[in-house]
Formats: sequence, C-alpha cells, structure tokens
Amino acid sequence: MSDHEYTPKSKFGKWFNDRLPLLTLASHLTDYPTPKNLNYWWTFGGILTFCLITQIVTGLVLAMHYIAHADMAFDSVEHIMRNVNYGWLIRYIHANGASMFFLAVYIHIFRSLFYGSYKSPREIIWIIGIIIYLLMMAAAFLGYVLPWGQMSFWGATVITNLFSAIPLVGEGIVTWLWGGYSVDNPTLTRFFTLHYLIPFLILGLVVLHIWALHVPGNNNPVGIDIKKPSKDTVPFHPYIVIKDGFALLMFMIVFAFFVFYTPNILGHADNYIEANPLVTPAHIVPEWYLLPFYAILRSVPDKLLGVVAMLSAILILAALPWLDTSKIRSAVFRPLYRQFYWILVADVLILGYVGAMPAEGLYLLVARVATAYYFLHFLVVLPILGYKEKTLPVPLSITEPVLGGSPNLAMAKNKENFKD
Amino acid sequence: MKNFLRIFLITSLVFGLSVKSNSADKIEYLTTDWSFKGLFGKFDRGALQRGYQVYTEVCSSCHSMKYLSYRNLAEKGGPEFSIAEAKAIAASFEVTDGPNDDGEMFTRPGKLSDKFVMPYDNVKAAQAANGGAYPPDMSVLVKARGGGVDYIYSLLQGYEDPPVGMSLDDGVYYNKYMYGNKIKMANQLSDGLVEYGDGTTASVEQMSKDVTTFLMWAAEPHLESRHQMGFKAIVYLIILTILVYFSMKKIWSRIETEV
Repeated sequence: MSDHEYTPKSKFGKWFNDRLPLLTLASHLTDYPTPKNLNYWWTFGGILTFCLITQIVTGLVLAMHYIAHADMAFDSVEHIMRNVNYGWLIRYIHANGASMFFLAVYIHIFRSLFYGSYKSPREIIWIIGIIIYLLMMAAAFLGYVLPWGQMSFWGATVITNLFSAIPLVGEGIVTWLWGGYSVDNPTLTRFFTLHYLIPFLILGLVVLHIWALHVPGNNNPVGIDIKKPSKDTVPFHPYIVIKDGFALLMFMIVFAFFVFYTPNILGHADNYIEANPLVTPAHIVPEWYLLPFYAILRSVPDKLLGVVAMLSAILILAALPWLDTSKIRSAVFRPLYRQFYWILVADVLILGYVGAMPAEGLYLLVARVATAYYFLHFLVVLPILGYKEKTLPVPLSITEPVLGGSPNLAMAKNKENFKD
Repeated sequence: MKNFLRIFLITSLVFGLSVKSNSADKIEYLTTDWSFKGLFGKFDRGALQRGYQVYTEVCSSCHSMKYLSYRNLAEKGGPEFSIAEAKAIAASFEVTDGPNDDGEMFTRPGKLSDKFVMPYDNVKAAQAANGGAYPPDMSVLVKARGGGVDYIYSLLQGYEDPPVGMSLDDGVYYNKYMYGNKIKMANQLSDGLVEYGDGTTASVEQMSKDVTTFLMWAAEPHLESRHQMGFKAIVYLIILTILVYFSMKKIWSRIETEV
C-alpha cells in the first residue's frame, strides 16, 4: 500500500491529502492490480461485504423496535412483523440474510481450500478470516436467541451448557454466562448486547482482512505469483467492480426469492412458539449452518471430548497453512488433492445432514466415520500429500494458459481444468 | 467439473435414499388448492370472512388470538370487512378497560383499536378449564407447526375412533394427524355447524379450509403485499442483472480475457 504514488490535482485535494491521505487510499482501491483470470468463485468477497452491511443496517432498524426482555421479546418481534411499516420485510431480510451470509462464507472458504489461497504469503489473511468466521457463528447463535421462541431458548440452553464440560470451573462459568441459574432475562439482555457488538468487531476485522489481502494481492485460479501491475492484471475499477456487481445481483435474486417467497423455510417452526422453560421440544437442532459441527459434537460419546472435537474442527483450519505441505497452491495442478478436496466437501455435507437427524443408529455411525475422516483429511492426508503427490507443471504467467499458447504439452493437455 | 458431477451425484443419491427411508414412517397430510400459495398467491376474501366466522363461533371460546386487533379485519390484504362491519364486530365484544377516575375497572363495547378479546384471563385459567391442556394462541399457529396449513387442515379432519387395543383417558381423543395421535381437543367441526352468510355449504371440509385460510392470514397478515413486492423486486433485479451483464461484457472486451 505504501508504494502507491498519488498526487491530487486540486490544491485543496493536495492540502487535505498531505494531512489525511484518504485520496491516496481511494486511488489505491480503484487502481489495485487484480489478476485478470479470477473466476466467479472470487466474487464472494464482495458478496460477503454486502451481506455484512445488510445485516448491520437491517439489524439497526430491528433494534429500534425490539425489546430485549424475556416477557416482551416474542411480542415485540410479532409487533415488528405486524405493525411496524415494512417490519416484516426488514425482519425477513435479517433472518434470511444470516443464512445467505453463511452460504456465501462457505463458498468463500471452500474456494480458498481449492485454490490454496491460505498458503504463504497469505496466512494472516486466512487466520483473520477464520476469526471472522468464528465471530459470525457467535453472532448468528446469539441472534437466534433474541426472538425468544422455543428453539431460541433451548438452543441457548444446550450451547451454553457445553461450557459445563470444562473441568472444575465449568458449572461456575455456565452460571456466570447465564447471569443466574437458568437461561432467563439476564441471559437475553446480555446476548442482545453481544449480538449488537459482534458485527462491528467483524467489520473491523474485515478491514484488516482486506488490508492484509492488499499487501500480497489476490491469489488466482492458477495459483502462481504474478507481477503487479502487468499484462496479467487489470485495475480493480472498473473490471472487478462490474464483475463483482454482476455476481452480487445474481446472489440477490436468490436472496430475494427466500425473503419474499419462502421466508420461513430455513428456520424451525418451533421458534414461533414462545419460549417455555417447562416444555422441551422433541428435537433441539441448531440452524443449518452449524449442523456439521453439531454432528461432530454429538458423535463423541464423552461431553468434554465432544466439545474439544467440535472446537478443534474449527481451529484446525487456522493451522491449515502449515498442515498443507505442498508448495503448489492451486488444486488445478494437484490431481490427487483435487480428489481429496471433493471428498472433504462431500464429508462436510454428510456431517451437515446427520447433524439434523437424531443421534442414533446408522446416523450416529455415519457421523462418527465422517468426523474421523474430517480430522484425517487435515492431520494425515494433507501433510503426506505435499510430499507424495506428483503435481502437474505450473505455467510461468497467467497469460500463458489464458491465451492457450503454452509451449508445454502437459499444460496444453490439461487446459480444460482451468475452466474449473 | 467431472469430479464435481461425480461427487454431486453420489451425495445426492445418498441423501435421496436416506430422506426416503426417513419419510417412510411419516404420515401424509391432507391438502387442498390453497389460493395463497405461488408467486401471485392471494387470499380468498370469502374464505377469510367465512374463516373468521368459524373462528369466532367455534374456536374463540378456547383459543386466543392475542396479536390481532379488530382493525386488522378491515385492513387491505385481510378479510377486508368494511370499516362499518369491522366496527360492528368490535362493538359486539365486551372489553375491560380502566382504571377510570374512581380507580375502578369497567367494561365497554370493543373498538377497532382493541386487541381480540381473550377467552381466559390467564394461562392457568385456560388450563383449568381444559383438563390441564392449554389451548394454544392461534395468532402464529400455522407458522409454529411443522406441516403448516396442511397440518392444521388435516388435524381438523383427522378425528377417528382409536385403533383396537388403544385405551384413551377421559378427555383425550384420537387424531391420526396429531403428534402421538392423542389430543385433548374434542372434534369440533360437524357438517352444518355454522351457517354461512354467503350461502356456502358448511361441510367439515369447507369449514376446515376456511378457518385454516383465516389462520394463515392471521400468521402472515402481509403475505399479499410480500408476494406483490417480491415479484416486482425479482423482475427489477433480473432486468438490472441483464444490463450489468452486457456492460460487463463491453468493459471486459477491452482486454482479451473472457468473463
């Protein structure tokens, strides 16, 4: 960022920019050299920024009408749905927006996994991303509690109770989290406060995430280092702005379909029943985006080890840049990794599915196998693969595969893979 | 891409099989041609007005609807009674108000701004009057049940004699659509139970359909404007997407890379 030379044309602009280089920043952002071969999987960064802003804006409006009190929370949500002008629209955008946010973040993460975007020199970007993802899960969980329906209440009870697995101090911590001896009004008010706080922490981390990205620049589907600026790059504006905009609009069509036509399909019917501490729902299930981790939690018979397994499943991602020993970034040139990558995708989908099912019989068995494989992938497959795998020859520049003028025969043969 | 397809096929096969085996023990709910489903779904005004009649004459003696006000009955997208009709409906209920200047509570005829009058003073009173079971508030009932409208519609018509060998306690009834098949609400609907003002025959099926439509509106009072706005929003987005697509093609044509 510091290597960017920019002098404003106007005298005032120069005066201002010498004191606060906002114009230099704006110029950096518009000129930012971006690899020209980025595919549509790279548009999800922009989409995620849109999701975050949408959640913050709709959340602010909801907070103006919502009442964080155990006796009034459910009523105030119904008040928003019925009496507040377009309250139903704001709430449905916010509720479905959470799901869309996770849909986008999962695509974003799996794009990173496929193209090796977490590898040197982008480890810090990746780790900040994992922290953002953790905070997103916290925010989503806290937000789900606020309507104070049956799933809110019992979901909060189950998740907070996980802390009781900590030896010696566990019970004390749970009481401290609850602000009492059960999930009740003090729990609700502090959850509301934290739910309001976390998005702004995420916003700050997103700034760092993008800042860290702008130091080495974007990875790309070929996964090689490129000269910037060069024939391999295009300025961010207008090329990437219009492409991100196009992808964002496609995403918004899907989003709008959920909001306007099936606004409740991703939620659980029980959350339209007001919280009742005396009645436990038949099945307590988290929202769909937490199901894979819920499956991991339940597949371990011991409570403490289950919690440890669940947390490790997320934290292991932070160690990924060092677990993956291969020097080649993109899976395009890693024929074996590509197979394992898709097996991992299937594994996570299976975990998500069994997470929604009762933990018994065949489901439990499948969950256990899938959990074991999840860890096997990161702890065994990836480290060994880096040494054993016979990778394909990597081109010297992006222009080479893009123009199809590769002098390398093996490259030409594998050309179809670049479209992946 | 080939790999992607292979994996996708395998996982969907696995999912398909497990979903199928799982749904084998699920019961199929009855359904009907709900007018409010689909992209342009709207409520059938007649059904809403008849449904309100069934609710007031049959359900409301036990089930509250605490989030609805009488003014809602005259609002756009609802049963759309005229203001005069809605006022008359409200006035037919006695509402407790107060305290007045003497510190006394008093009753007066209902107004449009009043909430639907509750059948019981509190949950305990409701339970005491119904053998310990609380008749759930009906404001969002449709959204609070897994099967939605089909479930409510089926439940109302699902009363049967219990299978041989099943003994039911006093005040417990057999319903083939109820979770666990035991329900504390007796069968309420019988042919000709209410007399519809518009001449529609009040069969059990008709009343079930009407009252369920009414409950759907009660749970989603803005459904019609949601559908209308949704259609406009999506058409707008599609047009904008097409325009942006061609702008993108034009801009990217300056360099030889495809987008």
